[in-house]
Order: sequence, then C-alpha cells, then structure tokens
Amino acid sequence: MNKMQKEKSGAFIVNETDSNDVFIPEEFNEEQLMIADTCRSFIDTEVAPHFEQIDKGDRALMRDVLKKSGELGLMGVSIPDNYGGFGQDFVTQMLAAEVIGSAYSFSVAFMAHTGIGTLPIMYYGNEDQRQRYVTKLASGECLGAYCLTEPGAGSDANSGKTTAVLSEDGKHYILNGQKMWITNGGFCDTQVVFAKIDKDRILSAFIVESDWEGVEIGQDEHKLGIKGSSTTQIYYNDVKVPVENLIGKRGEGFRIALSILHMGRMKLGANVIGAAKSAVTLSVNYANERKQFGTLIANFGAIKYKLAEMVIRVFAHESAIYRVSKDIDVLMDDYKKTYEDAGRAAIDAISHFAVEDAILKVYGSEMLDYVVDEGVQIHGGMGYSAEMGIERGYRDSRINRIFEGTNEINRLLIVESMIKFAKKGNYDLFGEAEKLNESINDLCEMKIEGGYYEQKMTTISHFKKVIALVIKAFTNSFKSIAQEQEIQNNIANMIMELYITESLALRVKKIEDTHNNASLPLYKDILDVKLYDAARIINKEALEAIASFSETAEDRIPLVNAIKALTDVPLVNVKDARRRIADKIIEENRYKI
Amino acid sequence: MKILVCISDVPDTTTKVKFKDDNTAFETAGVQWVINPWDELSLTRAVEMKEKTPGLIDNITVVTVGPKESEATIRKALAIGADNAIRVDALPKDAFYVASQIAEAVKNENFDIILTGIDSADYNGSAVGGMLAEMLDLTSVSSVSSLNAENSKVTVTREIEGGTETIEAATPFLAIVQKGIAIEPKIPAMRGIMMARTKPLKVVEPADSETLTHIEKFEMPQAKGACKKFDAEGVDELVNLLHNEAKMI
Repeated sequence: MNKMQKEKSGAFIVNETDSNDVFIPEEFNEEQLMIADTCRSFIDTEVAPHFEQIDKGDRALMRDVLKKSGELGLMGVSIPDNYGGFGQDFVTQMLAAEVIGSAYSFSVAFMAHTGIGTLPIMYYGNEDQRQRYVTKLASGECLGAYCLTEPGAGSDANSGKTTAVLSEDGKHYILNGQKMWITNGGFCDTQVVFAKIDKDRILSAFIVESDWEGVEIGQDEHKLGIKGSSTTQIYYNDVKVPVENLIGKRGEGFRIALSILHMGRMKLGANVIGAAKSAVTLSVNYANERKQFGTLIANFGAIKYKLAEMVIRVFAHESAIYRVSKDIDVLMDDYKKTYEDAGRAAIDAISHFAVEDAILKVYGSEMLDYVVDEGVQIHGGMGYSAEMGIERGYRDSRINRIFEGTNEINRLLIVESMIKFAKKGNYDLFGEAEKLNESINDLCEMKIEGGYYEQKMTTISHFKKVIALVIKAFTNSFKSIAQEQEIQNNIANMIMELYITESLALRVKKIEDTHNNASLPLYKDILDVKLYDAARIINKEALEAIASFSETAEDRIPLVNAIKALTDVPLVNVKDARRRIADKIIEENRYKI
Repeated sequence: MKILVCISDVPDTTTKVKFKDDNTAFETAGVQWVINPWDELSLTRAVEMKEKTPGLIDNITVVTVGPKESEATIRKALAIGADNAIRVDALPKDAFYVASQIAEAVKNENFDIILTGIDSADYNGSAVGGMLAEMLDLTSVSSVSSLNAENSKVTVTREIEGGTETIEAATPFLAIVQKGIAIEPKIPAMRGIMMARTKPLKVVEPADSETLTHIEKFEMPQAKGACKKFDAEGVDELVNLLHNEAKMI
C-alpha cells in the first residue's frame, strides 16, 4: 500500500482520490482478522444462545455476558496498554464493532460501555481518573454509562437543567437533576454525567459512581426494540461528587459530549454492518428453504432483487466505513507527534471527520433499516413471528436512526460542517463552484468516455460538480441556511450518495489493481447498480433543491440543464446485475460475496 | 511435562466444496482455512491442563506440515495458548508423508504427551496418529474423550465398543483424541492474540519421505433423494417399495 495521504473532512467534495490512497476491507491483516474471529466466536458461543433470555430483560445475564467479554479482553480494544487495554488502531476498533454489531441488545450494551461509557474518561480524563476508572472499565470489572439526555434536553443537549454546585468546603460538587434514556442504567457501576456548574451556560462532565448516596436509578423503560438493553432514568439528589471527578475543565462538557458523539456515530456506522450481514444471512437461509409454487422462493426474481439490493447497500457502506477509518488512523498518528496527550490526539482525529461520521451514521442506519425491512418481507408471514431472528433484527434496527444524534440532526450536520470547513479554507468548494458557474453551458457538453474506471470516476466527478453548484446557489439565495432544513436534506442526501458511491468505486478499482479476487465481476455489478441509482437520486435531489429556491424559470434554466446533463448516465442492465449478485449469495447461503 | 499438539490446516467446515483440473484437485480459491476442529479441541485441553495446575505442564508445542500460508492457523494456535510452534515447510501430501515429517521434526524433543485429532475435516483419513506413534515407537491410545494429569500420573478415557474405558497411561504416549476432550474450543483472548506475534515459530525443511497414495479423482456425493413417508398401517407398501423400487430387500 502506498503511504496514505492525510485527508481533510469533507474534502472529497472537490478533490479526486487515488484508489491507492484508500484502505479497503480486503487489506485487513492477520491480527485484525484474528480479533474479528475472536469477537465472532464470543458472540456465537456466549451471546447467541442467550438472545431470547437477554431480550426478556434478564439483566443479571446481560451483566454476566458483558463481564465475560471483558475477561476475553474485548472491552480493551480501544484502550492503550498502560490502562489495561490493547491499544488497537481505529480500523481494528471498527472491525471489532462491526462483528459485535450482530449481537442485538448485547451490542448496544457493549458499545455504550466501551464507547460513551468509557472513552470520555480515556480521552479527556486526567492520569488519576484513567488509573482509577479506565483500567476497571477496560477489564469489565466496572460497567459504564453515559448520562447526557434529559426530559427537556434531547437533540438540544446543552439545554440540560442538571446542576453541580461547589460545596462550601470546596471538596465536592453537589449534583441535582434528572437524566433519561440511559443505556446500561440498570446495572452500570460508573456514569459520565453532564451538568452545569453554578449558572454556567455550558455543560461540564463528571464521573459519578452508581452506589453513591443520592443516585437513584429508575425502572427499565419498555421499548419497541433492543429490549435486552437496560434503559432507565437516573435521578441525582444532592449527590456529592468529589472535585477530582470533574472531567477536563469546567465548561468543557459540551465539547466532550459532542466529540464523544462523533466517535459514537462512527462506531454505529460499523455496528450496522454486522447487523445487516446477519440479516442477509437469515434472509437467504429462509429463501433457500421456503418453497412456494413448487420451487424455492430464492428462485424468484422479486426475491433476488431484494437480496441483491441488501448486499449492494451493505458492501457500499462497508467501503466507506473502512475508508474513513484509515483516514482517522493516519490523522491520529500525525496528531500524536505533536500532542502531549495521546487520548486527546485520538478523539480530535475522530471528531475531525464530522462530515463523514454524520454521513455514515445516517446512511448506515437507513441501510440497516432497509435490509431488515426487506429481510422481514422475504420471510413473509414468518417474518412477523417472534420465532424468527429477523423479527428481532427489525425491531432492534429502528433505534439507530434516533440515538447518537437523530438522522435529522445529522443530515443538517453534514451540510453545515461541509460549508463551515469550506469557508475555513480546508478546500475550495466555492471557488470550484464559481468556475463551474462561469462556464455553466459547457457542462451540458461533458462526455463520459474512456475505460471502465475512467467512466465511473468521470461520473462521480460530475456528481461533485452538481453538488458544488447546488450548494453555491443555495448559500447565495439565503442569508440563514439553517431555516431551510428541507433543502439541507436534499443536499445531505446528495453528499451521502457521492461519498458512499465514490468509496465503493475506489474499493473496486483497488481490488482489481492489487488483488486477484474471483468475485471481481460481482463487485463491478455492485458498482454498476449503485452508481446508476446514485445518479438518479442526485438528479432528483438537485432538481428538487433548485426548484425550491430559484425564483424564476429563467434563473433556473442553465443550472437545471447542467444538473440533467451531469447526472445523465448510460443505461445499465440492472436486472441481470442484481440477479448475478443474488445468485452468489444464494449459492453461499450466507452473506459472502 | 511437555505436550505436543499436531495441528492441521483445513477448510472451514462451512466451505462449499468444489473441484478443479478435471476433478483431480480441490478448488482452494476463496476458501477460509481453520485449525482442524479435533486439533483445536486437543489444544484447548492441553491449555486447560496447563492453566489449571501451575507447574504441571512446562510447555505446549504445536506442529503442522504446511506452506507459509498455514502460519495464520499456527498463530491462532499460539494465541489460544501454545508456547511455541514448528512448521514443516511442505505440502501435506498424504497421511504417511505427514506422519513422517512430524516424526522427523520432533523425534529428539522428548514430548511426554502427543495429541492428534482423530481425523482431519478435509480428508478424514484417521491415519496420522497411529502412524506417528509407530514411527516414534510410542504407545498410542485411540478414541480418547478425556485427558487428565496429576503430578506425573496421566489418565485417559477412551471409547470402546458399548462403553468407555479409563486407563492410566505411562508417559511418553500418543493420544488420538475425539469428541469430549474439551467442551468448546478456547477462544483466543486479546492478550493471547497480542502475545502470539512474539512466540517462537520454527520453520524446518521437510525430510525425504515417500507418499504412499495419490488422488485419482474427486466425486461429489449424490444429492439426497426425496423422502417418502408412510402411515404406520402402510407396512405392506413400504416392503413393496423397498423390494421393487429401492431393491434393498
């Protein structure tokens, strides 16, 4: 592999990327694969036999299984070795998260513990806090939770009312307030709690132990899905928190909360891959057993269409996840050279990729919802029965569009972050758009020529031009773009399609250039179908956006013509391509492509 | 006490088996390789014994006959808990060849217990263990389903016709192990995976040895036919079909 280039978040909107500069899942090393294998074996032997019992709300069992994962070292994958972990790079952390993602409620509990329950202390805590808490969280001796949301403070997280008042002797903060939707609330030992000190405008973060006086844990919520995951309210009644348990600086809590959510979104993007692959396997297993009209339903084109679309979306999303994971590793290594603290270097590198993490959270959670929905449909009536695993997968998927920042908030973040970084000068989005505007009529004449990959990359560069033109027109038309959430959604959807499709194209090209892979023709089928679909989506979203704010038809004509020309892609026999993809899955009888 | 576990690198048991070169060779493209399940259970038992009684087992070595690609499997064995590994750098051509290579590689190592799986999941020959014991001039016990050691006293349980037999075995000996030796294969822990890269893996050149078999061709088993069901009263029809259609009676 060539030396990886240091990427800037959102820069893909104007820059071309060399396929040699992206990391692809086909490049996992032996140790990474062994770690994935360990996670898989653990799920198969220690968690899967208990899926039902865990879902019945057996908290003691959940706690026991979590502890076992700790004994195996799985809770220490992200933690440096001086705090009892194994200091794995981000790509490896994401691979482990992918595999764990197939374990329904266990996955939610595990990820909440290892991510938002542990990493605020690891990344922002001081040495004493890390030694006292992170070492125990990494081994599973303690289980963690993260307490940000309040009844009146959800997406608007900084509006929380929980207070922390310094005691007269200056030794404690006295915590009062209420938190809700706390994952692992029912059995956690430690909590990262956000509250405002005195009359501060901004949150601060504290470490609270569940058995301290005044901490009252509510009953488990009854939920639509992830029923095995404990979700509670927590009340703080004059809880004495030692001043040594303030994480970072006073008023740094909101920054900590947002950074940790960036990390959580990335990991969620990996989790959904494992869940989706598992749903594909359940669905193809059923299609290969169920007979109707004298034949297996796997032989029907309508079922093949579903299986193929499931695979296309998983494979494309996976391409983007590991692309950005490696970008994070490269940036993290760079930051570690200059930062005094490796923890801060790690979280700053992760939260740098604000555009990508929001894309992957939204695309990934919607990808999984699509996959489980079609999975239920393939199962027919049985899909609606609680006897089948796909029913659990369907219910458990839904939360992913809500937690770690709703998809609505994240769509806005994609656009706002991309514009913010462009204005900061990280890449010349507006300059590029200006140049395109100057010769807008020429854009209608642009041709897609050359070999296979040249054509694909040209099409993708056309998508970039469309998005740049729309963003430019949008920002020119409104003083406050924040008021135009519908148009931001149009733009976010285009950016997502671009990033996912480009990552897929780069992956397939790299496989062809560097790997002797028998499945290459199928990967090209996946790319053909995905690119074709992406062009249609971008065409629709761009035209919808333009029609929403361009006042007169005259204004619109050159831009509309350019959008239509740049999203005009050659016809593809998507039916045959999808059938070939489905046939491979049907032959393997599991997600293996 | 020193234990040797012989491991074989085999296709994952969910592999869709295909043949190539006019059905004379196994198609390895896209195949995932794993430790032979019986060998993995043998290793698991050895590691359990070492962990349970400190000082009882000084060393667990794994040995395999295979190309460089099989080192991923070897390192997994090291991650599970073997202390060191030997790889005989040769393709495992047949049971006699494999047994000869292992015998040559370990003949001076003085292992107290040698464990081999009862068969490998690819060719199911069930031959290496017996041959290896003969070549090393060791006592062998077959169909071993339990292995225990206390001080220098080693007991094994083996399956016999109609039951089991528990015997005390004098070391050195070779045990050909099967179901029951361990409940589940040990999952490599993160610490084990990290340590595997630092454990010694010795590569030795193959000794001169002949092969006693060669593969003429592979055939896929016939697909299972449709199943016919009869009521308890339909014995006459059953007999008729067994006699006239299946021609079994």
